[in-house]
Amino acid sequence: MRQVYSILVNNHAGVLSHVAGLFTRRGYNIESIAAGPTEDTTITRIVIVAIGEENELHQIAKQLRKLYDVREVEQISYNQAVTRELVLATIKAPLSRRSEVIQLANAFGAQVINMTDDTVTLEASGNDHKVRTLLKAFEGYGISQMARTGMISLPYDGMPEDWEPIA
Amino acid sequence: MAVATKAKSQTAKQPTKLKPQKISGAEIVYRSLEREGVKYVFGHPGAILLTVLDLFLKRSKIKHLLIRHEQCAAHMAEGYARASGEVGVCLTTSGPGATNLITGITDAYMDSIPIVCFTGQVATSMVGNDAFQEADIVGMTRTITKHNYLVKSTDDLAETIQEAFYIARTGRPGPVLVDLPKDVLLGDGNYQLPEKVDLRGYKPTTKGHPRQIQRVAEAIEKSKQPLLYVGGGAIHAEAHSEIVKLAETAEIPVTYTLLGAGAFPSAHELSLGMLGMHGTAYANYATMECDLLIAVGARFDDRVTGKVSEFATRAKIIHIDIDPTAIGKNKKADIPVVGDARQVLVEVNKLIKPQTRPLWKKRIQNLRTEYPLTFDSPDGAPIKPQEAIVALSEEVGDKAIITTEVGQHQMWAAQFYNFTFPRQFISSGGLGTMGFGFPAAIGVALARPDKLAIDIAGDGSFQMVMQEIATAVQYEIPVKVFLLNNATLGMVRQWQDLFMDRRFSEVDFESSPDYVKLAEAFGASGRRIVDKEEIRPAIQEMINTPGPFILDVIVDPDELVFPMVPAGGATKDMIVRDSRKKILQGKLSALPDN
Ligand SMILES: Cc1cc2nc3c(=O)[nH]c(=O)nc-3n(C[C@H](O)[C@H](O)[C@H](O)COP(=O)(O)OP(=O)(O)OC[C@H]3O[C@@H](n4cnc5c(N)ncnc54)[C@H](O)[C@@H]3O)c2cc1C
Ligand SMILES: Cc1ncc(C[n+]2csc(CCOP(=O)(O)OP(=O)(O)O)c2C)c(N)n1
Ligand SMILES: [Mg+2]
Repeated sequence: MRQVYSILVNNHAGVLSHVAGLFTRRGYNIESIAAGPTEDTTITRIVIVAIGEENELHQIAKQLRKLYDVREVEQISYNQAVTRELVLATIKAPLSRRSEVIQLANAFGAQVINMTDDTVTLEASGNDHKVRTLLKAFEGYGISQMARTGMISLPYDGMPEDWEPIA
Repeated sequence: MAVATKAKSQTAKQPTKLKPQKISGAEIVYRSLEREGVKYVFGHPGAILLTVLDLFLKRSKIKHLLIRHEQCAAHMAEGYARASGEVGVCLTTSGPGATNLITGITDAYMDSIPIVCFTGQVATSMVGNDAFQEADIVGMTRTITKHNYLVKSTDDLAETIQEAFYIARTGRPGPVLVDLPKDVLLGDGNYQLPEKVDLRGYKPTTKGHPRQIQRVAEAIEKSKQPLLYVGGGAIHAEAHSEIVKLAETAEIPVTYTLLGAGAFPSAHELSLGMLGMHGTAYANYATMECDLLIAVGARFDDRVTGKVSEFATRAKIIHIDIDPTAIGKNKKADIPVVGDARQVLVEVNKLIKPQTRPLWKKRIQNLRTEYPLTFDSPDGAPIKPQEAIVALSEEVGDKAIITTEVGQHQMWAAQFYNFTFPRQFISSGGLGTMGFGFPAAIGVALARPDKLAIDIAGDGSFQMVMQEIATAVQYEIPVKVFLLNNATLGMVRQWQDLFMDRRFSEVDFESSPDYVKLAEAFGASGRRIVDKEEIRPAIQEMINTPGPFILDVIVDPDELVFPMVPAGGATKDMIVRDSRKKILQGKLSALPDN
């Protein structure tokens, strides 16, 4: 199971390694991790995507809450939160296929940020599903380099407790 | 089925390729150790290790020794590694067995010693649950290992162990820990290895850059007052003969660190002995006067430089080190050379022309006669620790490999023993671990049965690890403990003597064991001496008595180690001789910061 954790921590040295240590101790790989300041400069938001057994993932959330510097932990399912990730990818696009690649990019709302004789570099953002679909679509052309920010996320504001999203 | 286990395979870079075959995790561990050429495993058991331990009963290629405390198992592995240059190995159980290793691993890390520690771990499904005897040893040792692993599948085991040994022994050596969950040992997996260890992102540079080597040779030729400053890295690199060649060809005096002792013969006419806080005065003054300082595998530690901004201020600095992060860390290098000390010096020596430096040599000679390394031994006074070491050095000399504990005795051993070959002096430098020397000596005795392993010990340190006499007796390991017994924690007492108006707080032992009876209780032998005349006959008795032996030498507790550069002070602030009364009257204004 994949799980997104949104964790608010005190902005102190060493907190990130403490948080990451809880995952590595169980031998879990962190799929992505993104950290950055929040509206309150003393607080950092860390968003972690990890894969593991459901029980364990709950247990980790509890252990995270026990850490002195951790303020808040939310386990988020995708459709209850805004999730976004930024991707930069260099696609192999010789002149003969360039327009095809650009057309496809447009379909995803991706921007062209660099171009050479045989490559096109794109910037795209979106939720997990969109990013995956996009990368899949370009796989056939060949992706020569890629960087991803990892997912960041915010819960939807003002959602009623009993709100059931339509899948 | 048979796996090649030539002793040589320790250094073999290309392991034999083996056909994939499913065998148990425990079997993979044993075969991997065989393949790496391991001869001894220093261990302490626990239930998680049962399947591995069983193999030591059935096979005889590798000898497992049952050590009484895991910290000592790590120090023994270190002693073995420091004496032989090969990787030392320990094996302990999970939880407390693993955490007991931590001091030993840190010691190895600080002094760049290649050891591989295997620890049992609870089953992978339990990891992270605070299971019985679970400790997050991988997390705990992250900052004290060169690398560590939690093995998650039996299929990964063989390759992980191969990597662990490779990482421990290559580049800047260091400790590696491999955590072995119970189910990984019990399960079956493939024993499959790549043809060649090839690790992305880990490619130590061993060959020095030709341009830099050229610059080194030119700087040496131009220099009027060069000085070689040799450290532990020269020993890891086996660079001793190249150092002698360079020193003699270009007439360069040589000083060494605590960990570099043995890399250059102490009694060589170009040797200045050790430098640093308790180095010889003439070595320290030479660092102030030299115009070129050639550091070979040394890391400008604060015990060497004192106040680093005032260290070797007149000198251009050449720094040869295999670890690029060691260069420029404490002191800016004018000519940095990244590479293996031996390989670099081989190239340097090809470019060096014979040179003589009569003026510099004369100056050094004058410093030597003006500020000799001495001590007083009035008639009727108690045995001075220094004279005991001089006697030991004269009686056993190059027949022995010396280990030490940590304290005053350690410094006197470095100052007064006459070292003639590399790996002859084995001591805990970076961490300064009391209790290191005795277990290390046991490792030394196994690595070098042709030599006599002698621990020059302090009584405080020895009391931390004396249970290992049982190990030495059980395996008939003939280690000797040359105990400089001042009934106090001498080194701390020395600071109280010099800097706290002789207020001796919490350092004197009002109760000490009877070390002779202690030895006998364990089945070893011992003797106590209090008179100077007894020193040499007692040393003879010690070396001629088979098996472990404790020679309890009652020494003067008021003796202090000099010269001394007060911590945080500059080389020029060095207190050269024991002029204690004057010091006490003058009272040092500032307290040292550690
Ligand atoms: C009570 C006490 C007092 C002490 N007093 C002194 C003192 O007066 N004088 C003193 O010298 N020390 C003293 N020490 C020891 C001191 O703390 C340091 O441990 C020691 O000085 C470090 O020695 P080193 O520079 O040779 O470094 P090491 O720790 O041996 O480091 C070796 C260096 O060589 C490099 N290296 C490794 N392999 C190679 C290779 N193949 N080729 C090239 N480079 C390589 C490493 O990267 C590293 O930078 C004292 C220790 C104690 C406990
Ligand atoms: C494990 C450990 N604890 C404390 C110290 C601090 N320390 C450094 S030297 C020393 C005294 C050592 O006493 P002893 O072994 O008797 O040697 P001596 O100085 O008397 O020769 C102490 C306590 C240390 N280095 N290691
Ligand atoms: Mg003592």
